Order: sequence, then structure tokens, then C-alpha cells
Amino acid sequence: MPDSVDGNAPFAIRQYSADELKAALRKMYLIRKFEEGAEESYTRGLIHGTMHLSIGQEASAVGACMPLTDHDKITSTHRGHGHCVAKGADVEKMFAEFFGKETGYCRGRGGSMHIADVAKGNLGANGIVGGDIPIAVGSALAAKRLGSGAVTVCFFGDGANNEGAFHEALNMAAVWKLPVVFVCENNKYGMSTSTARSTAVKSIAERAASYSMPGLSVDGNDFSAVAEAVDTAVARARAGEGPSLVESVTYRWRGHSKSDRNRYRTKEEIAEWMDKDPIKRMAEMLLAHKILSADAVAELEAEADREIAAAIEAAKAGPDPEAGDLTRDVYTELAA
Amino acid sequence: MNMMAPTAEVEGELRELSYAEAIREALDIALGEDERVILMGEDIGVYGGAFQVTGDLVHKYGEERVIDTPISELGGAGVSVGAAMCGLKPIFEFQFSDFAALAMEQIVNQAAKVRFMLGGAVSVPLVMRFPAGSGTGAAAQHSQSLEAWLGHVPGLKVVQPSTPADAKGLLLAALDDPDPVMIFEHKLLYKMKGEVPAGRYTTPIGVAAVRREGTDLTIVATSIMVHKALAAAEELAKDGIDVEVVDLRTVRPMDRDTVLASVRKTGRLLCVYEGVKTLGVGAEVSAMVAESDAFDYLDAPIVRLGGAECPIPYNPELEKAAVPQVPDILRAARQLVKAEV
Repeated sequence: MPDSVDGNAPFAIRQYSADELKAALRKMYLIRKFEEGAEESYTRGLIHGTMHLSIGQEASAVGACMPLTDHDKITSTHRGHGHCVAKGADVEKMFAEFFGKETGYCRGRGGSMHIADVAKGNLGANGIVGGDIPIAVGSALAAKRLGSGAVTVCFFGDGANNEGAFHEALNMAAVWKLPVVFVCENNKYGMSTSTARSTAVKSIAERAASYSMPGLSVDGNDFSAVAEAVDTAVARARAGEGPSLVESVTYRWRGHSKSDRNRYRTKEEIAEWMDKDPIKRMAEMLLAHKILSADAVAELEAEADREIAAAIEAAKAGPDPEAGDLTRDVYTELAA
Repeated sequence: MNMMAPTAEVEGELRELSYAEAIREALDIALGEDERVILMGEDIGVYGGAFQVTGDLVHKYGEERVIDTPISELGGAGVSVGAAMCGLKPIFEFQFSDFAALAMEQIVNQAAKVRFMLGGAVSVPLVMRFPAGSGTGAAAQHSQSLEAWLGHVPGLKVVQPSTPADAKGLLLAALDDPDPVMIFEHKLLYKMKGEVPAGRYTTPIGVAAVRREGTDLTIVATSIMVHKALAAAEELAKDGIDVEVVDLRTVRPMDRDTVLASVRKTGRLLCVYEGVKTLGVGAEVSAMVAESDAFDYLDAPIVRLGGAECPIPYNPELEKAAVPQVPDILRAARQLVKAEV
């Protein structure tokens, strides 16, 4: 913490340098613009299938990745574009994947729902709700056994907290004291079913008590609050003290997927959450603490716009996979 | 020549071991040679495994490497998948193969597909062991033969060793394989003894074994049915019927060449397998022959003997009736050699 920083300032201001904070805001803009670019590309017919957009959840993805290095791992969900960007992915390779190109992260085999960037520690988005939770525990088991020091952050949504995999995996992580942080992005709805109608506990963080691990619920639209909670949990994991559960309460502005007609929530509710825009709040925090000027914030946004536009154009130019390679990577090709 | 013995290129000193002991020896070699190998499963530690396969390995390698999981098949399987993606080589034991039903999500949607979905960016060097089959009086939820379920999934390899030597060799081959390999072990074979070479060797995945050469009829059998087929072949020899017995050993990828070569030679095919007959392993073997030039060599329609179209019952006589037995094989073989296309 620099001497000039107010001791009562938010965690993020106290914890991170101006450059780190600027980079974090830039990533949040990049996620927002990425999602908007993906949505537009979908409308223009460039994207096959469906997508799950994370607009409105940017503080959660970027805040949770703040304490991580490239050496640390994440596992992600069907709503995983933001996690992928937050962990440092190249947006051009992401768009190339969405466009089904050989130059995409998964060579056009995975698409939006399986986007991954293994070199940066993102083990992949997962199309099965809760499917990544035991895998994250396995990643943490490997880290502990191999002594790598890596921590795994496991992202999942509120819907996953009612899957058996969630309960089995949290229990094992606690019994074996593994270096994993469970980050539940509670955006209030599992597709159309609200947590009030699906989940017996009021706060998903309460589930932690069943597995004797710390559980904390934070405002998922507050970058600093997410970063602080996950930072504490990561420190605990690195110290060998085991897992934690962080509930990041947030909201997706868009529907569940492209087929969603928003019949289960009101326009007023959506508008109310749009007023709590996590990017606006982050920018205001940085302005208030004189980390960035208004011009600098506007420039960051414009930069993100340009980067996304360029990435889309470059990604479109990539080659399609060869039909003759259809069954490649079903199995590892063994040297004869 | 004893065709149940290991192949000639395996050089280790031969000892008599049970199938369970042979698997344990393979696990011991695996744990001893590579720190990345871990065992996971229910009651595989001090209990030694429900079928005493892991035995005392926990005392030699410790609880950090011979890991008792909670009774959480889905979660446990998923942890093994994640560990395999991140540098370990887990060998996961299901207490009974039936419990795979609890973990199909992780086996089918995750382990089998993650390499493909990620465009080859990761591999899943995972071995899963499934004690399978009927004959123990454990009834419908502890007796199934589900190899065809997993054999239907691209991304998995599925093997069914029938001898102690192959149980060891296929396990070590599975360990060397960079992709997930599912091993179906028949529970009634665990106590069966056979010659097993000492030291490390592998039995290739995807290669069937001709256990008995013959000219009149090919029986393609899997797992314990190989032994029933061989017993039937001895009886049939007394009647002058010369049976060739092919032990499929691997369900996926299937050894097309060995099966077709045998059928071209004998002109008759009987498939014998314990899994439910409909849509089972024998259906695939039959189709493979029917779709090939070997079809032209058939002198009689293909016959399948598989599990009955019912869950495995408790009553011992009903239980026997639910899966092919030696008299069933004899009857089918005798009809088949008389039949003509």
C-alpha cells in the first residue's frame, strides 16, 4: 500500500497498484465489449449454436482472478467468456473459436460452451451445470500432491449449488484440505428458476457450514469486495488451510441464452440491476481515489472497443477446420 | 501350447497368481515406478478393497497415494478426471461396476470428451477399474456387465481382461495410455489362478487373443465367457467339432483383423458375452463381420448368446439362467455347425 493511500479506502485501492487497477478496469471493459461483440456477431449469423452472456457480471470474473497468477487454475461454466478474458485469454482466439475456426482456442471443436485457455490456467468452460466442480477439486488434489503451489478457483452458478456434484466435491475438498476456492456467481436464476424457488438456504454461502469451510457472501458487482473475499480465500488455500466458498451476488442483464424471452423476471428488476453496473462502479471508485481521470476511463473503454472490433475482423479471416480432421483429438495420437 | 499363457515376447519369470493378485502386482509396479500415480476408491485403503484387490498397498504407499474416497462416486470420479488433467495418473476403483451409473456424467461428458472439446489442449491419462458381472448372488444392482455402455463413447477405451496375465498387462498398458481406459474385471475371475510374468510388461489395448485354434467354428467371447467357451470347445472336440476361441480382450477399439481372419477361416461365428444381448458387444462383433468381406465366408447365420433381457435375479438358478452357460454354448455351437446359409 503506497503511503498516500487512505487506510479506510476499499481493499482494492489499498491492495493494488494504479497499473493493476487500470488493467482490471480495462479487462472489465474488454469483457463487456467482448460480450456485445459476440451478441452482434450472433445476430449477423457468424456464430453457430447458442451463447450465454455474462454482461453485468464483469466485477465477479475480474475480481476473483485478481489474486491469481498464470500458474493458478480456474474452471469455468457455460457462462464463461468473462472468466476466460479475466484469466488473460486472447480475445481474437476466443472469437476464432466462436466462429468455429481452426485458429480458435479449441480449434473450432468446443465453441462458446467449452472455451478454454490451458496455457493461462483456464481448464475450460463446462456445458454441464456443476460438471467443473469435482474437476476443480481434482486440479487442487494434483497441485497438493505435486507441490506446485497452484490454487484452483472454481466458478459455478447458483444453479449448480443444487447438483450432487457440488456437495460431493465440497465435502472432499474440505476432508482433504485442498487448495481450491469455490466461487458461486449467484445471478439469481438457474435459467428461469429463481434461487428462492430452488434453494432451501437464503444465502448459498451458508452451504459452506455443512463442509466446515469459511463461507462469505459478497456484493458481486463490487470489484473490491469480490477481490478481497477471493484474496482471503486464496491466501488460506496457499497456506494449506483448505477450501473456502465465496458467493458473489450479481445479475445477468441478458437472458439465460439466446432462446430466453425473459418471462420470469420484470423489466423493472432488470433496470434496477443495470443501475448497479459493476463497470460504472469500478470506474467511479478509481475516479474517486484519483487513480484515473475521466478521460483515461473513456480512453480505456474506447481502447477495448477497438481491440474487440479488430479481434472480430482478424478472427473471421481464420481457416475453417478440415473435414478430414473430424476425429482428431478423440484420442491422443501415439507415435508409431 | 498353453494359449492362456502370456505371449512369448513377455520375458519375466512365470508364477502362479490369482487375477486379483496380478492386478495388485500391476498397481504395485505402477505406484513404485511413478510418483504421479495415485489410487482412488471406496474402502481401498486399510480395508483392502471390497474384493481385496488393493490389499495392503496403503501400508506400502501411504494414505496420500492410496486414497479412500467418501461414498461419492460422481464427485470421486470427477476428482480423478481433474487430477488426470493436471499432472497425476489416477487409477480409480469403482466398488462395483454398477456404481458407474452414479458417475456417468464425469465419465461420459467429461473424461471422454475434454480432450476433443479443447482441441487437443489437454489429455486425461485416467484408468478406471470396474468389478463387474454376475454369479455372486448380489442381485440386480451389483451384478451387471455394462462395458457396452462405455464402449459406445468415443474418447474412452474399454478392456475386459480374462486372465491374470492380461489383467496385469492391460492395467499397465492402460496406465501408459494418455487417454482414459476403462477396465472391466469379472468378479468371479478374481480368485482364478494363472501364469503371470514377473516384472513390468504390457498387453496391448485393441488386440484380441486366439485362445484356441480351430477350423469349424469361431467363438468370439469376452471376459469370463472366454473360459466357458474354452470348456465348451473341449466338449465339442469330442464330437469332432474343432472350435476356435477368440478372446476379444478390448471392446473399444475392437480388433477387427483378428476376428475377421478367424471367421474367414471357420465360416461360422458365435458371439458369447455376459452383457445384455440386445445392443451388446456381440451385436457390434456381428455387424463388423456382416459389413466386411468375411460375410462372404459365412456358411451359416451368425448366432449371439448374451445376457437375458432382464435384470440379474437373486435366486441362484435364475441367476445362472440369466447369462450364457456352457450347455448353452454347446447347444448353440452344435446347431450352428449343422446350419447352412
